[in-house]
Amino acid sequence: MKRLGKIYFALILMFLYVPIFVLIVFSFNETKSRSVFSGFTLEWYAKLFQNRIIIHSLVNTIIIATLASIISTVLGTLAAIGINSMRKVPKAAVMNITNMPIINPEIVTGVSLMLLFVFFAARMNFEFGFVTLLIAHITFDVPYVILNIMPKFKQMDPNLFEAAQDLGCSPMQAFRKVILPEIMPGVISGFLMAFTYSLDDFVISYFTSGSTSQTLPITIYSMTRRKISPEINALSTIIFIVVLVILVVKNFVENRAAKNNSFKGERA
Amino acid sequence: MDNIVSLKNIVVEFEDGDQILKNISLDIKDKEFVTFLGPSGCGKTTTLRIIAGFLEPTSGDVLFEGQRINDVPPHKRNVNTVFQRYALFPHLNVYENIAFGLRVKKLPEKEILHRVGEMLEMVNLKGFEKRTVNRLSGGQQQRVAIARALVNHPKVLLLDEPLGALDLKLRKEMQVELRKIQQALELTFVYVTHDQEEALTMSDTVVVMNNGVIQQIGSPIDIYNEPVNAFVADFIGESNIVNGCMPRDCLVEFTGRQFECVDKGFDPDETVDVVIRPEDVKIIPAENAKLTGIVESVVFKGVHYEMVVDGVDHKWIIHSTKAEPVGAMIGMTFDPYDIHIMKKVQEG
Amino acid sequence: MKKLKVFSAPYLVWMIVFIVVPLLMVAYYAFTTDSGAFTIKNISNVGQYANIFVRSIWLALVATVICLVLAYPVAYLLSRMEKHKQGTMLLIVMLPMWMNFLLRTYAWMTLLGNNGVINHILGFVGLGPYKLINTSGAVVLGMVYNYLPFMILPLYSVMEKIDKSVIEAASDLGCSSGGVMLRVIVPLSLPGITSGITMVFVPAISTFIISRMLGGGSNLLIGDLIEMQFLGNAYNPQLGAAISLVLMVIILVIMTVMNQFSPDDQVLI
Repeated sequence: MKRLGKIYFALILMFLYVPIFVLIVFSFNETKSRSVFSGFTLEWYAKLFQNRIIIHSLVNTIIIATLASIISTVLGTLAAIGINSMRKVPKAAVMNITNMPIINPEIVTGVSLMLLFVFFAARMNFEFGFVTLLIAHITFDVPYVILNIMPKFKQMDPNLFEAAQDLGCSPMQAFRKVILPEIMPGVISGFLMAFTYSLDDFVISYFTSGSTSQTLPITIYSMTRRKISPEINALSTIIFIVVLVILVVKNFVENRAAKNNSFKGERA
Repeated sequence: MDNIVSLKNIVVEFEDGDQILKNISLDIKDKEFVTFLGPSGCGKTTTLRIIAGFLEPTSGDVLFEGQRINDVPPHKRNVNTVFQRYALFPHLNVYENIAFGLRVKKLPEKEILHRVGEMLEMVNLKGFEKRTVNRLSGGQQQRVAIARALVNHPKVLLLDEPLGALDLKLRKEMQVELRKIQQALELTFVYVTHDQEEALTMSDTVVVMNNGVIQQIGSPIDIYNEPVNAFVADFIGESNIVNGCMPRDCLVEFTGRQFECVDKGFDPDETVDVVIRPEDVKIIPAENAKLTGIVESVVFKGVHYEMVVDGVDHKWIIHSTKAEPVGAMIGMTFDPYDIHIMKKVQEG
Repeated sequence: MKKLKVFSAPYLVWMIVFIVVPLLMVAYYAFTTDSGAFTIKNISNVGQYANIFVRSIWLALVATVICLVLAYPVAYLLSRMEKHKQGTMLLIVMLPMWMNFLLRTYAWMTLLGNNGVINHILGFVGLGPYKLINTSGAVVLGMVYNYLPFMILPLYSVMEKIDKSVIEAASDLGCSSGGVMLRVIVPLSLPGITSGITMVFVPAISTFIISRMLGGGSNLLIGDLIEMQFLGNAYNPQLGAAISLVLMVIILVIMTVMNQFSPDDQVLI
């Protein structure tokens, strides 16, 4: 039984990884063939770095993701604090609407924003581009920030705010010195989630970007629509390695933090 | 009375070579209330899990009614367990939790209804059938756990610190309750606890364990009065334990003085542990005492006073119905049969 | 803390302008003509595409079932590993998901293509070439590959919370390992099953990338249909809005059904 489990697990991992490894292998292929490996080359990597469209959209993606995640973290943190102090019914109503962009299919969110932008573009004379893209990204990022912070309020001692005031803090000070540090882990994880979703998003960007402001996923999409180009393989390889390094480092840091914590716990 | 469960030379070793149980052998008689007693990590729960079948010993045999059952999986053993934190099924209500084992056996609905009803009555939970288990108090959950195990009519019921999560008053009530159930159903109970008082009140036989080794097996009275070594003496009730030696049979020397005792069979001048219960220290006027000390503190404990007396080389704990003033010089003496001489415990 | 309510004001404005209003506009467009007059023609026109709806629902359903069947043992094995191994193994399982899904889908284009790796390997043993890409099977495969982690994660997070002693209790009470699975683990992982199903089904039924990249022109899905009304040659936002609305209703119905299977006191993650 145990062996069977291990074999099954290995098969699933193969299913998940083989396609990616094939991509990586063919990024070093001399010819454009997608089935025969004829020789080693780094040509596609060189071409990739010379491709102005890709570099441009990569920079654009990073700018959008950074701006969108910072703005939505500020907006979402303030929102979470406010929502938390609402009464039950309005709170439930706001949370239900906040959940909509998460529950709704991405294409519906994208289309609905596009309709809004089309409506106003016609009347206020602006074009699809950087601004619409940024607005769209903030809109689907904020819910993730809020959802990351709300549970922190639940875990928090409800008397904390009063205790701080009892000890001489003004409400503003109490907020800064007590509430903010308590919800900080949620704020950070919300920010990181927003950032990764922004980097990765294709569908909503596709409907809200217009032709002037492309993100990397949109560029990738148009590359896959055109002729076969091993540059995509090279790009995949780089992205895979970057993701791998980030996750391994993250895992390592977390494990060490967990070990430190348990060590402190033992001593206490 | 036959042996229902026997453990023969059980060794449990983890992958890293840590020995949890070091050669345990033990017989449990039918209809007996046996308690494994010891500090946490002593191997008592491990022993219970071996009997239940959740753990296979590295070596040694587990016998059930004379049959070797090492390879029998838990679901085919005629024993049931009451788990430490109850392990009730959160997706089932009280009735379905208790009926679980019967449904697995595919008994007819009528019999299930009858037997679950019987159990609900026994554990005083009539009317709670439809409750979700998460909405029960700790004591009620405990009772569901007991009913869920007993409804299957196991020959042996295993209980892993079942009262640990309850408050003191409820715990005392449940101790009496459990003992009653055991006697009424004439079942074998194997009980694990770290609470020595609980072990002494409930059991027919107490098995004291430490570091994966059985220290002593005996009736509660034997264990209390005749602990075989300093560990048992210390673990079962409070004790004064001092170093001593035996110049000859029936004479022991400690804190520089010689006392008469009743123990024999030690090598001449063998070093030993001398154990004296706090209630066995008699207070006499200091003038005519071999051993004297100054009262350091007095605490009223309800039935008796507990005094700490600073004597030569040792602080004595004394239980007495009369208090002596702090700072007073008092004399102490012991009856020969209250002085318990024990061989030193081998280290390792 | 009541005064803190004002903090949410900027977000509330944002929420209304960019979440509520756009969705209302979808509804508005769905029920109006080009010139703004009320009509139900758009909605009734959706009926012409019934075959595409049926295909989308069918393919998404098949993909969801395959995901559930594949993911369930993975999640169970993960949840029963030693605690310190679980984090790393989960990371390994989830890592491919961090690649952009366009690239993951592109990878299968390479594998399945008529001159792709699989046909090439089959050619060595004298088989094929088979038509692998541009089939509905390829679309389902793409869905399973892309969304499998969405099924594993919620299943794992409920299973990981199942107390080991509850499983022991079941076998103590006479369950064989199959019985434990059926009577304890499956019922207790129900919330994970339902949320996994929604997390796979919703993106699967609304995708247009997977069908476009792996399905060729012959496997249009609802997503393609919507995309064509807004950015394609068939430009017709009224019809697109109507299709979107119908899609939302379908998903709403399915989620309500799923919630029926989830016990009240066990909240969906």
